[in-house]
Amino acid sequence: MSAALRRLFLASLRRRPLATALSLAAIALGVALGLAVQLIHDAALDEFGRGLRLLAGESDLQVLGPRGGFDDALYLALAARPEVAEASPLLEVQARLPGRDGSLRILGADIFRLPGVQPALLPVPAEGVGQFAALEAGRIFLSAAASAELGLAPGNVLAVQSGVVEHALTVSGGVPGAGAGQALGVMDIAAAQQLFDRPGLLTRIDLRLAPGVAREEARRSLAALLPPGVELLAPEAAAAQVAGLSRAYRVNLGMLAAIALLTGAFLVFSTQMLAVARRRQEFAFLRALGLERSGLKRGLLAEGAALGLLGGLGGVALGHGLAALAFRLVGGDLGAGFFEGLRPALRFEPLPALAYAALGVAAGVAGSWVPARDAAALVPARALRAADEAGLDARPRWVAAFSCALAAAVLSRLPALGGVPVAGYAAVACILAAAVLALPGVTAAVARVLARGRAVLWRLAHARLAAAPGQTVVAGAAVVASVALAAAMAIMVNSFRLSLDDWLARMLPADLYLQASSSAASGYLDEDTVAAVAALPGVAAVEPIRFEQIRLDGQRAPVTLLARTIRAEGDLPLVEGHIAVPPDDLPQAWISEAMVDLFGLATGDELAVPMAGRLQRFRVAGVWRDYARQHGAVAVDLAVYQALGGDHRANDLAIRLRPGADPAAVAQAAVAALGERTVRVATTGEVRARSLEIFDRSFLVTYLMEAAAVLIGLAGIATSFAALATARRREFGMLRHLGFTRGEIGRLLALEGALAAALGVAVGLAAGAAVAWVLVEVVNRQSFHWSMDMSVPAGGLALFAAVLVALAALAARLAGAHAMRRPAVLAVREDW
Amino acid sequence: MLEIRRLAKRFDPAAPAALFEGVDLDVAAGECVAIVGESGVGKSTLLNCLAGLESVDSGSIRLEGRELAGLDDDAFARLRRSRYGFVFQAFHILPHLTLAQNVALPLWLLDVAEGEARERAGAMLARVDLAARADDWPRHLSGGELQRVAIARALVHRPALVLADEPTGNLDPGRAAAVLELLLEAVREAGAAGVLVTHSAAAAARADRVLRLTAGGLAPEP
Ligand SMILES: Nc1ncnc2c1ncn2[C@@H]1O[C@H](COP(=O)(O)OP(=O)(O)OP(=O)(O)O)[C@@H](O)[C@H]1O
Ligand SMILES: [Mg+2]
Repeated sequence: MSAALRRLFLASLRRRPLATALSLAAIALGVALGLAVQLIHDAALDEFGRGLRLLAGESDLQVLGPRGGFDDALYLALAARPEVAEASPLLEVQARLPGRDGSLRILGADIFRLPGVQPALLPVPAEGVGQFAALEAGRIFLSAAASAELGLAPGNVLAVQSGVVEHALTVSGGVPGAGAGQALGVMDIAAAQQLFDRPGLLTRIDLRLAPGVAREEARRSLAALLPPGVELLAPEAAAAQVAGLSRAYRVNLGMLAAIALLTGAFLVFSTQMLAVARRRQEFAFLRALGLERSGLKRGLLAEGAALGLLGGLGGVALGHGLAALAFRLVGGDLGAGFFEGLRPALRFEPLPALAYAALGVAAGVAGSWVPARDAAALVPARALRAADEAGLDARPRWVAAFSCALAAAVLSRLPALGGVPVAGYAAVACILAAAVLALPGVTAAVARVLARGRAVLWRLAHARLAAAPGQTVVAGAAVVASVALAAAMAIMVNSFRLSLDDWLARMLPADLYLQASSSAASGYLDEDTVAAVAALPGVAAVEPIRFEQIRLDGQRAPVTLLARTIRAEGDLPLVEGHIAVPPDDLPQAWISEAMVDLFGLATGDELAVPMAGRLQRFRVAGVWRDYARQHGAVAVDLAVYQALGGDHRANDLAIRLRPGADPAAVAQAAVAALGERTVRVATTGEVRARSLEIFDRSFLVTYLMEAAAVLIGLAGIATSFAALATARRREFGMLRHLGFTRGEIGRLLALEGALAAALGVAVGLAAGAAVAWVLVEVVNRQSFHWSMDMSVPAGGLALFAAVLVALAALAARLAGAHAMRRPAVLAVREDW
Repeated sequence: MLEIRRLAKRFDPAAPAALFEGVDLDVAAGECVAIVGESGVGKSTLLNCLAGLESVDSGSIRLEGRELAGLDDDAFARLRRSRYGFVFQAFHILPHLTLAQNVALPLWLLDVAEGEARERAGAMLARVDLAARADDWPRHLSGGELQRVAIARALVHRPALVLADEPTGNLDPGRAAAVLELLLEAVREAGAAGVLVTHSAAAAARADRVLRLTAGGLAPEP
């Protein structure tokens, strides 16, 4: 069998280089994308986990509070407890670096507590720096990654920002235990508290328990000491919370890669199907010569496996290249902002590489499965007859199609599994399957409708469609899946973009926005600063906006508390409830959609929010749409927040201008007043434009993959028509004898190609709309917990469909051209 | 070599009569039998039945003393691989293999070592006077030459039975005679049994015996 296998089956791949190259490319692309996504995230998560372990050190329990910090009296209380052997207090600050783009994570630590709990964080003074320099204010110790990134060496000065004030820190040594991938700085905790204006505040305490004390027991007994909003967690639980944040995002990218791989398998299917149809007589003859059914099947599966293996290996190589490129260009979080401050390194991992190559083989084998089964089922005695026409099975499969559609409907109602919309993705797969299964039935129905035309070409094309729908179905099927996915993504992205634009308009009602840093970092605006801006000429009013990160419970990740002016109905993009509600005994809060999904809250519920060390009860007055914080956000009116919490700082300032004031002039005046290195001012238009640009950039990968899928689908039509044209040389020769011109035969082919594509595009668009609905209502809602308004870009889709049909006609015609170049006499006599 | 007894075949179970029944045939090693008959009487079907490509309803087929009726599909495939040779009206020469590779094809299926397969295919091509074109591609060959390649392929693995369905049907009369002569000679030389279906009286006349197929069976043609 081996010689026969090599020469009859594997060699046939070389005889149809175009189809083979396309299948290879599709599989390689799917494997590469999947592997790259996995490699990047594995490396990032790895480094992220290392960072968490580094911080956790040898601690058994961690006390975590809001980003704003909690009273350091808790440290003394905990350290005094008999269960606790050692406690290490930390103030973690994301320090804004004036004049630079990013921020630096600075850990204020008690140097004497570090050796017992987090020895890896111990600062080591540089040569010539005193032994106890770490205790002095004005000094910072940078990890290797941080000094490399900032370009600073011991002795240099690092400028950090607190509020709108710049402070200078002298780089005095390193943190050798931090490893190569962690960009961070360590300084004395008291100095950090003073520098960042957080007197008496901590953000975490790491505890090492006394020997013999059980962790759960200690957790219970110590929990009583904690103020509201401060939680006691095992290090693993804290790590799991954070890893969970990026899971949905990672799964989404993985799914996109899976779709590319599926397209590859599909392309293998359609090219193999057509190749089998074309090689029918060859197979019949081989069977007559004594090849068993199983041998034939094995041979064809081997073809698919060989395609899959080559594609898979190519994909593994490409995947590593892509991952390396992505690390260089956007870093380990693929631009999503989950893993800031990490510098993960790419490594070759044999196991994932092997697994993904195996996925390629699986795609190749899966794609050849049905064609191989069909070939093995062929009756040699019949196929050997010269007149036997390659009959591809194209019976309508309405029952199967409806079953798949029904399954999709059921699946789209199921909840997410571990935060991942598994059922939603399964529903998408079912819709695609239903579409492909519906194609034969639709083709048959269309063939009946088309029977009216009278032109000769039309009649011939129709006769072929009616008599041999299989070829149209297989050629069209290659288009269905790719068009469906492209259309679905187009509808989803369009809906998302319009909803986002609308949301931005609601969230940014003022003329100018001023901020000292991103809300997570150490810049802020105090009352004096706000007053200074309000006094600038041209400013009508200013509205401070405050962001705080709070913990509502120990199980779920922290959520954002957003305080801004909320008085009138349009002040929040509400999807439920009202702003102006009848007065209640409790102040009002409005929760984002994620809070509904993650915390099971609803309008009318009571919500307890930790504020200034106390639990403050709110009445949920409504639900708003939030595209910025997928882990949940609670909005309260700024005046209420300031009255209850006593916090008068602000992160952003919304500036409303007097009529006729020049936004640019006011922006310039604000920057001049506050310092150009410490604040940024942007017009609403700029913020919106920047947000939409980021949106478009984050969907760029998606657009590219869509384009690849559509191109692959089109190429599928081209190869299938090239194959068919070769097989139909005799027919064309006969038509030429009957007096058809080459041009007319070309038009016949173009017509057939257009018909096949039109059918595929029509079914694909319908399926695409259904998939889009699932993406919007199920996948996005369950992954990111935000809703959007469906909006179909009808004009764009119509243009896309028309271009696709025209391209298919062109491709079919070009593909047939070489078949028609042969003299008609030769073609008629030719047996092959 | 080949013994057929009371062979019957019907396609349509509802049809009043079988396509043919009561077919008896004995062919000795080195003997060539020609079968003639009207179009549609079932000559091709009979050959397919002998090759196991078509099931039979009743009767027995023995090749080299072994009963074949009732063998399953795979067993028959393995048997065809080693004991049968075929010559088709439409040649069925694979266009993507060279002439030598086409001839070696049955040996590949039998897992004969590469070198030996090449050698035997070369010898067989020499036998049909195409040695010089062993590495040529089929598209350059005339119909008569293609059929000579097919003859070489039918005999390269030393089969016990060679079946030929209108082997000269696609050739002009002059070439047909030469090809047929070659086929008969080669089969006799190889000591195989040959069964040949033909429409041409001239072709039939060169066989050792001529039989006519009717619905009732095979009868010697006067
Ligand atoms: N798979 C089949 N199912 C039903 N009927 C069949 C099948 N195969 C062949 N037949 C019928 O059996 C009859 C015999 O066909 P066969 O091809 O054996 O004739 P033949 O004698 O070889 O004719 P010719 O000389 O024209 O080649 C024909 O009427 C044909 O239509
Ligand atoms: Mg016949």
